[in-house]
Amino acid sequence: MMNLLEILQKEFGEAVGEVHQNYGDDTAVVDSSRIVDILKFLKEFPECPFDLFLDLCGVDYLAQSASGGRFEVVYHLYSLPKKKRIRLRVKIAGEKPSIQSAVPVYPIADWFEREAYDLLGIRFEGHPNLKRLLMWEGFEGHPLRKDYPIDKRQPIPTLGNLL
Amino acid sequence: MPLVQKELESETMTLNIGPSHPAMHGALRTQVELDGELIVRAASEIGYLHRCFEKHSEHSTYQQIIPYTDRLNYVSALMNNSGYCRAVEKLLNLEIPDRAVFIRVVMCELSRVMDHLVCIGTNLVDIGALTNFWFFFNVREKIYTAIEKVTGARLTYAYTRIGGLARDIYPDFASDIKAILKEVEQGVRDVVGLVANNRIFCDRTVDVGVVTKEQAVEWGFTGPCLRASGVAHDLRKAEPYYHYDEFDFDIPVAENGDTYDRTMVRIEEIYQSIKIIHQALGRLPQGPVMTDDARVALPPKKEVYGSIEGLMNHFKLIMHGILPPKGEVYSATEAANGELGFYIVSDGSMRPYRIKCRPPCFPLFAAYEKIIEGHMIADAVAIIGSLNIVAGELDR
Repeated sequence: MMNLLEILQKEFGEAVGEVHQNYGDDTAVVDSSRIVDILKFLKEFPECPFDLFLDLCGVDYLAQSASGGRFEVVYHLYSLPKKKRIRLRVKIAGEKPSIQSAVPVYPIADWFEREAYDLLGIRFEGHPNLKRLLMWEGFEGHPLRKDYPIDKRQPIPTLGNLL
Repeated sequence: MPLVQKELESETMTLNIGPSHPAMHGALRTQVELDGELIVRAASEIGYLHRCFEKHSEHSTYQQIIPYTDRLNYVSALMNNSGYCRAVEKLLNLEIPDRAVFIRVVMCELSRVMDHLVCIGTNLVDIGALTNFWFFFNVREKIYTAIEKVTGARLTYAYTRIGGLARDIYPDFASDIKAILKEVEQGVRDVVGLVANNRIFCDRTVDVGVVTKEQAVEWGFTGPCLRASGVAHDLRKAEPYYHYDEFDFDIPVAENGDTYDRTMVRIEEIYQSIKIIHQALGRLPQGPVMTDDARVALPPKKEVYGSIEGLMNHFKLIMHGILPPKGEVYSATEAANGELGFYIVSDGSMRPYRIKCRPPCFPLFAAYEKIIEGHMIADAVAIIGSLNIVAGELDR
């Protein structure tokens, strides 16, 4: 089988940027506009179908705000038949980052995307129910952003009177 | 039309299960819409135990994170310890001494046994079989006592170090464990004898909460729940680490993916783990349990007091911590509940830039609301126990 990253580069051309295999992890930085196509391609890739959606998380690269790529969404996929892993990284620009939701391709992305939205404020367009997962409704800001102070406190909503 | 034949007016009822409910295995909340006792719709909410593990990690040195990992899955904390340390060691390209590897295997498999004992024991209590709980928790207590003698703690061990282990096992450890494992086997046999063909247990679990092979993969299941649905996937075989490819053991797989199968797969895994522990104890090599790599290990006291390099090295490690190279790494281990993954982004400083923990029960609980739809309310309790949701790692 050809190198998976080369296949991706051949299939998606410009949309696949930097690739590396550091520490044996196949990694590709891909364009945010093509992410759903790429996920779909990998899920249905006949030679090595990536059927297991393992993880999705966001990363805040605050120092890269100026160059237009502050946030990154990282996908980890696994192929059960071929026992192979791949990591996709997508850079998203702007103070109000948004990206297409992976739920239509991998339904299990639902809660992972809600968590990334909750903790980092990344919007997933087309997500069926994009609301906070770990923090409560009414929480202000996104705690895993690098500019959110670790010692900041917010009032925890208390229960109302019962009588 | 006579009154008795008239269709009675009825409406559905909303019920909160949790967040604080003895059958919910932690602070989890599921709201169900009931038609009689039948669940029409369900939705879950998590976050009650969220303690900002990831944010804390970004503000801690690599060593300081080890105690935090204890609190992820507190039922089998040693697995989180070694899973996390293995990720950092991968980032550092660091080989740990063989003795440390084998002790980690023994500890991880003991944790797997304990995790399964807790999972099955409490699940059986939920569906009305209390005796089994004592059979399991009695022997689990003995494992705890042996591990306490090694690590100094009963629940939150912080036993592994980046580069090896905090301390070696005590001389009689192997014989103690072998004696305890005999009792564990007896306990498991007793429980299997009580439940495997038990009419009540079978009625409560067979064909309850069925997850097909396709669903299990689509919902991101890993570990025993995936294997109960018929997918023979185990990272210990698929991507062998820690010499797992050299041990003789099988991956138990079931077919139906119901609550019964999930329980039985775990029971069989206990036997397999015991097999691995015996082999690992038999092959335990002599030698140090901590690497002497100066990037992670404190130099021996003699060098600290006797040479300038030793002193500087000690100072640097204490003041500046471990400094892995820039890069990103994902390391996964087969925890009791499935794939436990750590994604670490390092910017070359003493603190990780970002740590993402992929807890195995996160996808399991995400799918829970779909599994219980169409079931009776009492089945929802039987199902959640068989999925083994641990709120500590779910909410992080």
